Parts: sequence; structure tokens; C-alpha cells
Amino acid sequence: MVNAPLLEVRNLSVDFPQNNSTVHAVRDISYVINRGEFLGIVGESGSGKSVSSMAVMGLLPSSAQVSGDILFRGESLLDMDDRKLSRLRGNEIAMIFQDPLSALTPVYTVGNQIAEGLLLHDKALSKQAAATRAVELLRIVGIPAPERRVKAFPHEFSGGMRQRVMIAIAIANNPNLIIADEPTTALDVTIQAQILEVLQKAKEITGAAVVLITHDLGVVAGNADRIAVMYAGKLVETGSVDDVFNRPHMPYTLGLLRSVPNLITAGKTRLVPLEGRPPSLDALPPGCPFEQRCPIAIDACRETEPPLLSIGSSHEAACLRAPEIAAGQLQAADVFPRPEPIPAADQAKVEGRTVLEVTDVKRYFTLTRGAVFKREIGKVKAVDGISFDIHEGEVLGLVGESGCGKSTTILEILELTSPQDGSIKIDGVDVSTLTKDQRLAKRKDIQVVFQDPMAALDPRLTIEDIVAEPLTVHNVSKADQRRRVGELLDTVGLEASMGSRYPHEFSGGQRQRIGIARALATEPKLLILDEPVSALDVSIQAGVINLLEDLKERLGLSYLFVAHDLAVVRQIADKVAVMYLGRIVESGRVADVFARPHHPYTQALMSAVPIPDPDAERSRKRILLDGDLPSPTDEISGCRFHSRCPLFKVLDPSLQQRCLTEDPQLRVIDTSSAACHHAELNTLQVT
Amino acid sequence: MIVYLIRRFINYAILSMIATVMAYVLACLALDPKARYLGRNPRPSDEAINHILNRLGTNPDDPILSRTMHWFTQIIFHGNFGQEYNYTSVSHDMFVRSGVSLQLLLLGSFLGAFFGVALGVWGAVRQYKASDQIVTYSSYLVLATPVFVLGVLLMIVATNFNNAVGHQVIQFTGQYTPGLNGTWNILQDRVSHLFLPTLALSMFGAAEYSRYQRNAMLDVLSADYIRTARSKGRTRGAAMVRHGVRVALIPMSTYFAYSFGTLIAGSTFLEKVFSWHGMGEFALDSIIKNDINATAASIFYVSVLVLISSTLAEVLYAALDPRVRI
Ligand SMILES: Nc1ncnc2c1ncn2[C@@H]1O[C@H](COP(=O)(O)OP(=O)(O)OP(=O)(O)O)[C@@H](O)[C@H]1O
Ligand code: SF4
Ligand code: SF4
Ligand SMILES: [Mg+2]
Repeated sequence: MVNAPLLEVRNLSVDFPQNNSTVHAVRDISYVINRGEFLGIVGESGSGKSVSSMAVMGLLPSSAQVSGDILFRGESLLDMDDRKLSRLRGNEIAMIFQDPLSALTPVYTVGNQIAEGLLLHDKALSKQAAATRAVELLRIVGIPAPERRVKAFPHEFSGGMRQRVMIAIAIANNPNLIIADEPTTALDVTIQAQILEVLQKAKEITGAAVVLITHDLGVVAGNADRIAVMYAGKLVETGSVDDVFNRPHMPYTLGLLRSVPNLITAGKTRLVPLEGRPPSLDALPPGCPFEQRCPIAIDACRETEPPLLSIGSSHEAACLRAPEIAAGQLQAADVFPRPEPIPAADQAKVEGRTVLEVTDVKRYFTLTRGAVFKREIGKVKAVDGISFDIHEGEVLGLVGESGCGKSTTILEILELTSPQDGSIKIDGVDVSTLTKDQRLAKRKDIQVVFQDPMAALDPRLTIEDIVAEPLTVHNVSKADQRRRVGELLDTVGLEASMGSRYPHEFSGGQRQRIGIARALATEPKLLILDEPVSALDVSIQAGVINLLEDLKERLGLSYLFVAHDLAVVRQIADKVAVMYLGRIVESGRVADVFARPHHPYTQALMSAVPIPDPDAERSRKRILLDGDLPSPTDEISGCRFHSRCPLFKVLDPSLQQRCLTEDPQLRVIDTSSAACHHAELNTLQVT
Repeated sequence: MIVYLIRRFINYAILSMIATVMAYVLACLALDPKARYLGRNPRPSDEAINHILNRLGTNPDDPILSRTMHWFTQIIFHGNFGQEYNYTSVSHDMFVRSGVSLQLLLLGSFLGAFFGVALGVWGAVRQYKASDQIVTYSSYLVLATPVFVLGVLLMIVATNFNNAVGHQVIQFTGQYTPGLNGTWNILQDRVSHLFLPTLALSMFGAAEYSRYQRNAMLDVLSADYIRTARSKGRTRGAAMVRHGVRVALIPMSTYFAYSFGTLIAGSTFLEKVFSWHGMGEFALDSIIKNDINATAASIFYVSVLVLISSTLAEVLYAALDPRVRI
């Protein structure tokens, strides 16, 4: 059929029968993708995004029960056997997966793995020609020195490079449809920006339609033509990017858009939390699956599940009250009102003492080889002389990509012993002078909340025991412990009666609240938050961020907030320090640094963060960084950013010389400080 | 890489040298060569016994250290492993007999590995299906049966088979029939003798390997790169073989080396059962006859085999896994 759409999914349902229930992972979804179109599928974890696209590829596990129809250019894919489907896969339909580290076979060279796809679909192709084409493809996806790298094995490539290889494999046979399932979720923002760029390029070269699955609204805002929002196995809203972002009609979409911090607006308004979690897919309620979290639910919502109905040209939403929203009778602000900040009367008085002072701290690790005779083969300067301070009631955001030394910094502070080099003062007391008892007492003042809420909580303990744990170390009576736990759970927005339950009964957001409650048990002055929201679904993040903001106001706490998400940092922090390869390259008040970043790395980092606003995203100009982070063992002379610095590239050679030979120190520029020799010459634009 | 392998080889070589020397010392301590003569009728005179033992270099009255030194220098400088109790040269016997043993051992371990891998992969792919269960239970059954029992059972089956056919198709004593003429006849005869002991040894090997291969394969089956291979257009089966089995073989290479020892032990008993005059028989007999030189030599033989198989395993590992190549 000539004018059939490229892909048509009709009433697709996927069930996974379990021992005594059935998981309805995908329920009766239908959508169409036209040639050359870019569709973004968004939704939170478990909403069925991956399962629905794996169904298109015919790659579901054999336990899956699929019904409905999937037509590719008018031909039914569900009727084809594996052999017939194999002829389409990789040739007509290609797929890119989330985790690039494990997606390539470790024992074959990347060249072979690219050529494999070529040879499978073109029997006439010679091995020689396939190898040449593999080099060509590597060049297209931006691997430097492709002639040499084509012979490399996957383990010799970084995550970002492996994802490029995956894209090369996907576009090898000029497919008509590329499905990318969270292709950038495991990557750092600057690498994510590179990969999205390559994906766009791949789309232009092949003219393929692209389905981009993501949970990050920002990622689709700038790239997609159309968006489909999934919730609990259903499509709940579809439409053009502008319609969905600017005129959302399903309360879930509405809430999602209001809950994500946006790099541009962050910090100016409070986030709107979207509490609760989706219903369990093996025991769905009869009505609207969003009913329990929906602030405007009415009785009818509990009875029948609303179908996807058209509300405008090619804009559909599945909500009984969508017509009221369309008519303007219900405004976004009515559905999800912004929470009020803590009134001034309830705010703790802070005097502005210095709570934590870190001066020139260094932490080097030596790498050794050999079991008996160890010899030094390199040195990793994980933290190489960093200084910052945090005052009472203040939040310092420490940002940087993975491997830049954020976690080492935290560990060094938590040790409460004298660092390898430099000094750490807590409340004005140098930790190297502490005795053992004093050190134990000091531990009360400084607590930590970890990234992964599940891993951080012992699954065999009740919530009460978990929260009370820090108290037992510090000799508090049982009765006092119980009373305190009740208070703490109340403080973090959980019910005191939940104390007797176990961690697995809670959602990710709730677990993180438990982690915060535990950290607050000893009434600390400083909380160290290590990526506290990055493992949470976007809809849940806002609630935890708001909670942290409130706690700070009410208890006069200080935070060291470590994150890689700049928007979150802008939302919550007062000061920010940007780290690169063990150094702070820029620091200052959040308002100053975000408005006028001076270091080229800060600029690149900011411009890499996708903004969940299609208009803003389209008018942006990106500063893309070249390549990956240098190996941590490399000895770099001069500025450690020079290999990737976009400013360096446009400088006069006489000025470049200084970058290559002299290590720049932090110095005051305007109102913040940056470690760049030529910050005054920096004319790179960031939006 | 080559340097690395050579280093490993030297490592292993030193280890097996130490093992052999220790074996000699142990044999000296544990075996009593005089006992063989004391029980004779008429009992030889003490002088005669001492004379014989001195000639063999195994007189327990000499200090162990000097005997070990003598024995060791003889091997290092003259390649001479001394003499057996009946004055035949150990080196010569060892050479002839290891030829016999290696036939069985190499063929058995190769076939065992091959079928073990195949069965393991098959079981993993059909996990929990009836066929997988059958493979699992039968391999445990084989593993639980002592090798010589397995040998005897196979002999019984073969006898019944021969009776049914009315012709000695399968032979099971010795390794050949003496006095045959013609290349074809000799070859046929050899195969018919080889069949049963090889079958027993490879059944044992296959049962053991298949367990490990099944586990290795199950780890790999759900790997992301299998999904990638299929998304490229490989069919389920082809993706499994090209990408799955290939990766699942990597841990097996270490395992081959490790389990080679148990195969040697197994073949020792099988030689006895099938009356093969190989190193297994040599080792057992030497212990029974309190022959120190021969016992130590048998241990040397085993340690050399282990040396070779360990080195091969290293080479195989490096060949299979690019991540360890330097
Ligand atoms: N093989 C399987 N057996 C049983 N249930 C499954 C299986 N695969 C997926 N599911 C279930 O199907 C539902 C949808 O899963 P899916 O992977 O599509 O979610 P997703 O939207 O891609 O989430 P994420 O953002 O975490 O990738 C989940 O509840 C999941 O537990
Ligand atoms: S149908 Fe009802 S419960 Fe569901 S989203 Fe609309 S208003 Fe809310
Ligand atoms: S010092 Fe030079 S290389 Fe370093 S950031 Fe500034 S311009 Fe770039
Ligand atoms: Mg998924």
C-alpha cells in the first residue's frame, strides 16, 4: 500500500501472565507514525514505553501476550515469524537502547558489529566493502580517527562513544524507522547533548522517522514533532509538541509540566508536586488510572476509564474533564496550584555562622599493578585542591559530570578526619584536632542522604527502626526514640502510623523522605545530599525538592547539595560550585552564575541541559563540547579543560599558549569567580 | 601478550617442578620399597636388598635429602627418571605409556568438552522445558556414578549389543588385537577398542561441562547485546549462537583447565577397567609395588599435563576475550 502510514499501531495490548495475576503492561494503545516524523513518547517508569516499542520490534520475551495489530507500511508485523521479522529488523526498523555499556557484544570489534548489520541485509556486499562502510558510519556519528577505532573493542570506548556506535549500527541500512529507547538516560548532560545532535543528524541523513522514548520532557521539547504521553500502560495525551506543552488537556500532563524544574525559570517559583504513584498494573481500578492522584477527579472518574478523545486537530486527551480544560473553565493553576512558601513567622532565625569550611582539600589515589610487587602506574587526582564554605541556612550546589570528584569530596568531609591535604572545619572546629569522642559527637551535626533510596534502606528493618537508627548510636531512650520518629515522619510528610511498615511498601519518593527523616533524627546542622532526587521519577522529584526547601526554612538547616542536574540546583541552591576534573572551575551566587556564566565549561554545561519548553528550546544555540572527559590518570599541563574548551578553539594562538602552560586559578570576575585565563574575552552566548 | 603468556608458563613450570619434587619426597616417606622383598620366599639377604635398592637409588636408609638431590639432578642433567623395581627405565616406560593414555585422554576430553558445551547451551535455551530437565537429571546421574562403575555398566551394555549382533563389534579389553594385518583392519580394530573407554570418559566430561556451560549461557541469554544482535536482524537462534555462545565460552576456558585434573583421575580408573597399559595403570601399579621412582614419575606426568592445560587455558582465554588482552 503506497499511502499507508509508515507505522500504525492499532489497539495494541501486551499482558505478562504472572503466577497468580496478570500485568497489563500496555493497554489498548493506537498511534500512527508518518514517514520522516519525530515522535516523542514520555511517561514515568513502568508506564509501558519500552514494552510497547519492543512489541513493534518483535523483541518481547516469549511470556508476553500481544493482541491488537501493528502495521508497518500496511503489513502486519504480528503475523510475521522471527525469520521474516529479522529481514525488517535492522533494515527497515532499527532500535537504539538505553544502556550503551552492555549493548555491544564484548568479544567483537565495533567495526565487525557494524559490518554484521550491513552483511546480514545485503548478501551481495563484500566483507571489504562492509568494513569500509563501517569506517564511514563511524565518521558520520563523530568518532575521531575512525580508521583506527573501527578495530577497537567495545570496552575501549566510553559510554557516549558506544552510544554513537549503536546509532551507527541503527542507521547502517538506511532504515525508515528508528526507535530510540532512552538513548541518553545513562549519559552525562554534555554527552547527552552530543548524542541528541547525532540522532538528529542520523535522521536527516536517512530521512527515517524517529520514535524517541524518554522520561525527560526537556529532551523531546526541542527535537520531537509530536508527543505521546503514556500513563499506566495507556496513551493519555497525544498531539503536536506545541499543543501538548502549551495547551495540555490531561491533568497528568499538566502536573508533569508544572513539576519539572526548568533551567530558565528555576528558583523563581516553587515547583508543583505531583504526589502519589501510578496504580499497580496487575490490579487496575475500573476508572481513570490517574484518579488517585488527580486533584480534579469527580465521581464519574471512578466508574469508567476515559477513552482518548479528540480536542483539536490531531490533539487527543483521555480525560473526562478535558472539555472543561479546553473551554478554559479549568486553568492549570486551579488544577495544580503552586504550594505556598513557608510563612516568615515559621522560618528559623539564622545568624549566618559558617557551618562548613573546606580549604584546599586534595585527595589523590595511586593506581598500582602487580600482586606481589606493586608498582605505581598512575595517579588519579580525584579532588585536587578545592575550597568552599557553607553558612547557616544556606544551600551550596555542587555540580559536575560523573567522575569529576563530587562523591570523593563528600566522602572526604564525612570522614571527619584530617584530609590528605588541606583542612576541613565544621562549625569553626578543624576536624583534624578532634578526639574520638568529639568526632562521634560531631557526627550528629552532619548527616547524609544518598541517591538510591532503595539501596540506602535496609529492607529487613521497619521504617521506625530505620529512622531511629542514628539515635541508637547516640544513646537515646526507647520511648524518646519512638516519639521522635513519629515527629520526624510527620516532618517529612509521612504518617506516623507508617512506622511499622517495611521499605518495599513505599514508593521511591516516599523512601527518599524516609532517608531524609533518618538524616534529620539527630538534629543536624548540615545535610549532605548526594544526588537526592536523580533516581526519582520527574513527577516525584518536585515533592522532595519542596520538602527540602521547607525543611531548610523551618529548621534553619544548611545543605551541601550534590547533583548533576543544573535545573534542580538552580531551583534549590543559594550558591553553586561547578567541578571539572577535581577542581572547582566556577563558583558564586546562583543568580549570578546562571545569569552570567564566565567559565566556558559552565556555559557548555548550561547549554547542554534540555529545557522543557519547545519555544525556548528551538531558539537556543548550543555550545557542544568535543569528545569525552580525559582519562583521570592523564597528566594535563596548563588548563585541564583545554582539550575540550570551545573558547580555546577560537583564541589567538598567542593566547592559547597560556592555556597550555599555566594552570588557571579561581579569580573574581564580576560577582562570581572562575578559573579561566581568558574569561574576559569570552563572548560565547548561552541561553 | 606473548610476554605475559611466557611469564605464566614459567610460573606454571616452576610450580609443577616443585610439585614433582614434593611428590618424590612424599613417595619416599609413604612407600616402603623394602616391603616388596621382605615378603618373598626365600627372603633375599639384607645385603642383596640393600644392593638392589642402592642401585635404584631408593634405599630408605639413605637420607631423603641426598636421595632427592640425586634423583633431581639426574632428571635435570640427564633427563633420567631412574629405574623401576625391575630395572626397566622409567623414562622409556613413561614415553610409551603416555602415548597410550593421551589417546584416550585427548579424545575423551575433546569430545566431552564438545558435547558438554552443546548440551549446556541447549539446556539453557530450553530452560525448564522437559528436554532441559532430562539433560540436567541425566548429567547428575552420570556425575554421581563412579567412573569405573560407569565403565563396567558400559561393558555390560556392549556385551549385550555384541551378542545381539552376533559379532564382536565393540571390543573392551586392551587397546588393540595383536597380530592383525592391513592398515584398514588395524584402524578398524583400534576404533573398536577405543570406543567404549572414550565414551565413558567423554560422558563423564560432558556431564560436568554441561552444568557449567548451562549456567554461563543463562547469564548471557538475557544480556543486552543479544537484544542488539536481534535488532540488527539476526534471528533468535543465530543471535544466540554468534553472540551468546561465543561469550558464554569465555568462563569455560578456565574451567577446562581446572577440570582436566578430574578427567585424568577418571581415565586412570578407566585404563584399569579396560586393561589399557597406560600411565594410569602405571601409576596405580607403582604405588601398589612400592616403587618410588615410578610413583614420582607418574606425578610428574600429571603435573606436566596440568601445566600444559593451564597454559592452553590462558591462551584460550586471551583468544576468546579481548578484554584481557594487553
Ligand atoms: N518480561 C516481563 N514480565 C513481566 N512484566 C513485565 C515484563 N517486562 C515489562 N513488564 C512490566 O510492564 C510494565 C511496563 O514496563 P516498561 O518497561 O514498558 O516501562 P517503561 O515505561 O519503559 O519504564 P522505564 O521508564 O522504567 O523504562 C512494568 O510494570 C513492567 O514491570
Ligand atoms: S478522567 Fe477524571 S481522574 Fe482522570 S484525569 Fe480526568 S479528571 Fe482526573
Ligand atoms: S584557560 Fe583557556 S582552556 Fe582553560 S577554560 Fe579558559 S580559555 Fe579554556
Ligand atoms: Mg523503558
